Amino acid sequence: MIVEKRGFRARSLKLWLPLGFFMIFNLFPFYWMAITSLKPNSELYSRKIMPLIVYHPTLEHFVNLLSETNFLLWTYNTMLVAVVSTAISLIFGVMLAYPLARMQFPGAALISFAVAATYLVPQPLLFIPLADIINRLGLGDTLTSVILTYPTLLVPFCAWLLMGYFKSVPHELEDAARIDGATRLQTMFRIFLPLCVPGFISAGIFAFTLAQNEFLYALIFLTKTDVRTVPVGAIAELVRGDVFYWGQLMAAALLGSIPVAIIYSFFVEHYVAGLTSGGVKA
Amino acid sequence: MASAHTQALPRPTLRRRPAFSLRRWTEREGVFSWLMVIPPALFLMALVGYPFVYGIWLSLLDRPVAKPGVFIGLDNFITALHDPVFWRVAQNTFVYTFAATALKMAGGLALALVMNQEFRFKNLIRAVMLLPFIVPTVLSTIAWMWILDPSFSVINWFLVHWGITKPGPSWLGNPGWAMFSLIMVNTWRGLPFYAITLLAGLQTISPELYEAATIDGASTFARFRYVTVPLLKPVIFIVTMFSVIFTFSDFQLVYVLTRGGPANATHLFATYAFDVAMSGGQFGLGASIALSMLPPLALLIAGMAWYMRSEKT
Repeated sequence: MIVEKRGFRARSLKLWLPLGFFMIFNLFPFYWMAITSLKPNSELYSRKIMPLIVYHPTLEHFVNLLSETNFLLWTYNTMLVAVVSTAISLIFGVMLAYPLARMQFPGAALISFAVAATYLVPQPLLFIPLADIINRLGLGDTLTSVILTYPTLLVPFCAWLLMGYFKSVPHELEDAARIDGATRLQTMFRIFLPLCVPGFISAGIFAFTLAQNEFLYALIFLTKTDVRTVPVGAIAELVRGDVFYWGQLMAAALLGSIPVAIIYSFFVEHYVAGLTSGGVKA
Repeated sequence: MASAHTQALPRPTLRRRPAFSLRRWTEREGVFSWLMVIPPALFLMALVGYPFVYGIWLSLLDRPVAKPGVFIGLDNFITALHDPVFWRVAQNTFVYTFAATALKMAGGLALALVMNQEFRFKNLIRAVMLLPFIVPTVLSTIAWMWILDPSFSVINWFLVHWGITKPGPSWLGNPGWAMFSLIMVNTWRGLPFYAITLLAGLQTISPELYEAATIDGASTFARFRYVTVPLLKPVIFIVTMFSVIFTFSDFQLVYVLTRGGPANATHLFATYAFDVAMSGGQFGLGASIALSMLPPLALLIAGMAWYMRSEKT
């Protein structure tokens, strides 16, 4: 605050210039995505005209995307899978985090180590054996295959985040409920969990974006068009042979990003809290 | 501490030795905890622990798709180690991980320092800055694919338009440029995560420390070097560790942008294992390639942990 008075020039050099650079770097691909999806093919594939503006905007790529491909079905699949696997992950996350954060029991250290280790196992280490397991279970080309496997990525993360949150809640209310004769389950459901709604939103929103982002398992397990998710559908079906349907690809990328961006925009603060809790509290 | 008197509740019943009560049993702290923990633990054991062990077993088999495997010991690993592509893949993975991590750290720290000032619309700008990290990677990579397109790249349009180069580089077609492009796109996606986490770390540093350093005559750089960096170190460590793990095992970006090409110049462990197992149909060999990313990754992380320890003392 003391050094803050050197006027507009110093401030623009120290703040607005670098900030502007990062803004352009971070956002240009989204601008490009939006603008490309609105360009007619004659503008898309012209090397003469200035590419940063649209001269004759058209919605034809959106119309074609929605009428010629299964994009709406993929969106439905993506949402269904993301919502169900987030719900499963939150439930399992609470079941791990509540005892680990609030109780003492033999083996607690082992469990919390195992959760951390599962969190750090990179996905590409598991996809080959998992592909074999899913096939033997007869779950190939079903949404169940990804609904079952996504929580393996999300549960350790949710448990970790919720543990941090649970530890910050004071013990007095629970103690009072116990003294009044509430069982442990009642204490947990009626007293403790309602206090932790912000923690659930953080973990839930994070898990939801991770589930929307997942690609590898969906690529391997879902090979039929009617069970695909948006990322796999776009990559597998809008690139036919060597032909790229750029307008439709961009329309798909844009429409696929919007739901995540909207949900994120409602809960930014919770999202940031979840994002930073891992790094800062440790 | 709380357990001391919560445990006291069931104890008086012991004196009269009543009939076994399921309800009292489940009220015991240890029993209740384990009843809660067992279902998710079994779930993770079945879908993480078991596949992990099964992957090790697969790597010891000659196992074409849809056929029973034959045990061949370490032959898959020996095959991989004699495969020049495998060493190319290892080299690519290290180059990719180091370059992208270094760029994300430098850029993320720069952006965090810039954003650690007071300005209008700070929360809005922070939210917008995170977009590359939120949007599904495959979808934003599709936009990059078009930005780097061989014939219609915008970057090349400007390079040619301003007369800097004549045809402009083939961003994804030339081995060197392809790796460069992948590193840039990975940096683009990961930088906001670094920036926002480091920013949160910066905000926990007390302004009094900077004031004290200023009074002692420390320059801007000295304040950064002797106040900011040491206090930020734990955050830097955690962020870098996560980033190294996920960059080292990256799949999506490479699969979408280059599929490992041109001529294996951008294959990473994950994409190469995918090619061998899924496209080539050799599950055993693929599993052994995927597993071989574990030792170098473990070494990297152990090295970082060791470095952090030695810095502390």
